Amino acid sequence: MTQAADTTAEVRPARTSARRRGAGRAGAVLAPYLQAAPMALVFLVFFVLPLAATIVVSFWQYTQYSIEPAFTAQNYGDVFYGCLADLPSLCTTFLTYLSTLKFCLIVWLTTLVIGFTIAYFLAFHVRTLKVQVICFLLCTIPFWTSIVIRMISWIPLLGRNGLVNQALMGMGVIDTPLEGLLYSDFAVILALTHLYTLFMVVPIFNSLMRIDLSLIEAARDSGASGAQTLRHVIVPLARPGILIGSIFVVTVVMGDFLTIGIMGGQQIASVGKVIQTQMQFLQFPLAAANAVILLAAVLAGVWALLKLVDIRKEL
Amino acid sequence: MTERRPRSFYVLALVFALFLVFLYGPMISVLVLSFQGPEGGLVFPMTGFSTHWFQRLWEGGGQVEIGGALRRSFVLALVVMVLTVTISVLAGLAFRRTFRGATILLYVAIASLIVPSIVVSLGIALEFRLLDDAIKAFGTSAGIDWIQNDFVSALGPFTSGLGAHLTWTLPFGLLIMFAVFNRFDPAYEEAARDLGATPWQTFRHVTLPMIAPFLIGVAVFGFTLSWDELARSSQVMGSQNTLPMQLAAKTTTVTDPEIYALGTATTGGSVLLVLITFTLISLMQRRRAKRG
Repeated sequence: MTQAADTTAEVRPARTSARRRGAGRAGAVLAPYLQAAPMALVFLVFFVLPLAATIVVSFWQYTQYSIEPAFTAQNYGDVFYGCLADLPSLCTTFLTYLSTLKFCLIVWLTTLVIGFTIAYFLAFHVRTLKVQVICFLLCTIPFWTSIVIRMISWIPLLGRNGLVNQALMGMGVIDTPLEGLLYSDFAVILALTHLYTLFMVVPIFNSLMRIDLSLIEAARDSGASGAQTLRHVIVPLARPGILIGSIFVVTVVMGDFLTIGIMGGQQIASVGKVIQTQMQFLQFPLAAANAVILLAAVLAGVWALLKLVDIRKEL
Repeated sequence: MTERRPRSFYVLALVFALFLVFLYGPMISVLVLSFQGPEGGLVFPMTGFSTHWFQRLWEGGGQVEIGGALRRSFVLALVVMVLTVTISVLAGLAFRRTFRGATILLYVAIASLIVPSIVVSLGIALEFRLLDDAIKAFGTSAGIDWIQNDFVSALGPFTSGLGAHLTWTLPFGLLIMFAVFNRFDPAYEEAARDLGATPWQTFRHVTLPMIAPFLIGVAVFGFTLSWDELARSSQVMGSQNTLPMQLAAKTTTVTDPEIYALGTATTGGSVLLVLITFTLISLMQRRRAKRG
């Protein structure tokens, strides 16, 4: 024992090998739990419990200045107030969700098309790793700027006296400046696409890089046109990346209130904005009910995306 | 590799170039306009070239008041950075072995990315509100003076705010650690162990130096994600603001280019940070290559 201790004396003099072995065995079993504990604790306190609190509070009553732990389903009734009675005309909640969904679909399409094109170019047409890295860095540098700054930066271009209007008027295309460029649906979609296309590029690029080039050659040798190769070989193989990017973009846009708020001039409704406004008016249980519904909608969206992909695989 | 490029290459290259213009165009216009002359407005044309708006920003007292928020955001981002690196590395080590609950922890981490930020923010705000009520009730029943008189809320940048930021940075940190350890050759650690190194020595002298460049990456990621974080911060900072929150609040009221100056300044800071990071990483790798 002392001999063993001597051999380890150089590296750790204070411990005997027997103790070390005993502690080592218990430690080996315990270690991963201790190592994972801080992360588990953070997620428990700041993610799982808050979600639980949201669900619980969504069933509570409230007054103007306090929330009361007494069960009620009234909050959910309030969210959907008039939604059934007013059919076929749509209630505010349905309209808000429809509007949010519309942004979701359009931004998903724009980011997917642009993101796939860019990823395709980087993966198949850029030949050296060095150039790929440089192109990627070029794409990511704007990502290091505050999203607020990136939104504000549209003002000098799209504003009433912005560059676009100046240019159009200079060319004589229009006489009076276009008003709908900034603070409009268009501005929201443009800003969201601007902010989140990169989140499509990265995972799709990752998937494309894993495609065995001999598969593409095989398709070409078998007489497939470029479009056919793309449609039947490349896109199916890029599916995981498309999926990850889509989930990210869809969930971000579904819960968005900042971009829609700033780029919409605080005039366009979104589910996230409704929740934020209700928080400002201290209507916590109502905001919680809306949050639970939003969460359900997002999870349903993610589930649908996963299904969509699985079904295609089945066919 | 000298075959002629197909026509599709040129088309796609043009698309990529246009994409870069789309990404950089607005930022460049802000960069240029931040040097707007003292009488200039929010849009072109430039009425002159000056650093007037940077001076206004630096001296304070203009439309954009950022001193407190800037300091708070910076310190918070530093704390988030340190915690993200530490916690992610620990969890990354844990995931190299099997332990019960590993799958659940991974799913929770991914869920934390997917759940809309406004929902997370609201949840944490509600949780702390309930906590406040509990603390106040306890203070009253136990007759603790300072709670009854001075306690307002547990909400704040370094309690609920810190937690909210960690729910955003930790999933990224964990995923990066997965990528790192997937490519990690355990033979080096086994060699160290065979030579009699303790687990701590193995980690300190073998594992850590090997993963260090990636940890710098995680650190920069953690810092910038926190520095720019806005959606999750919105409900959880209590009575105090972070820099992005201050900026977002200013977007509707500020009418002069001072906000562009601030944008240029913060962007410059971020780019500088990234440059320093890449230099550090390449220096570390070069030093290691030299050592063999």
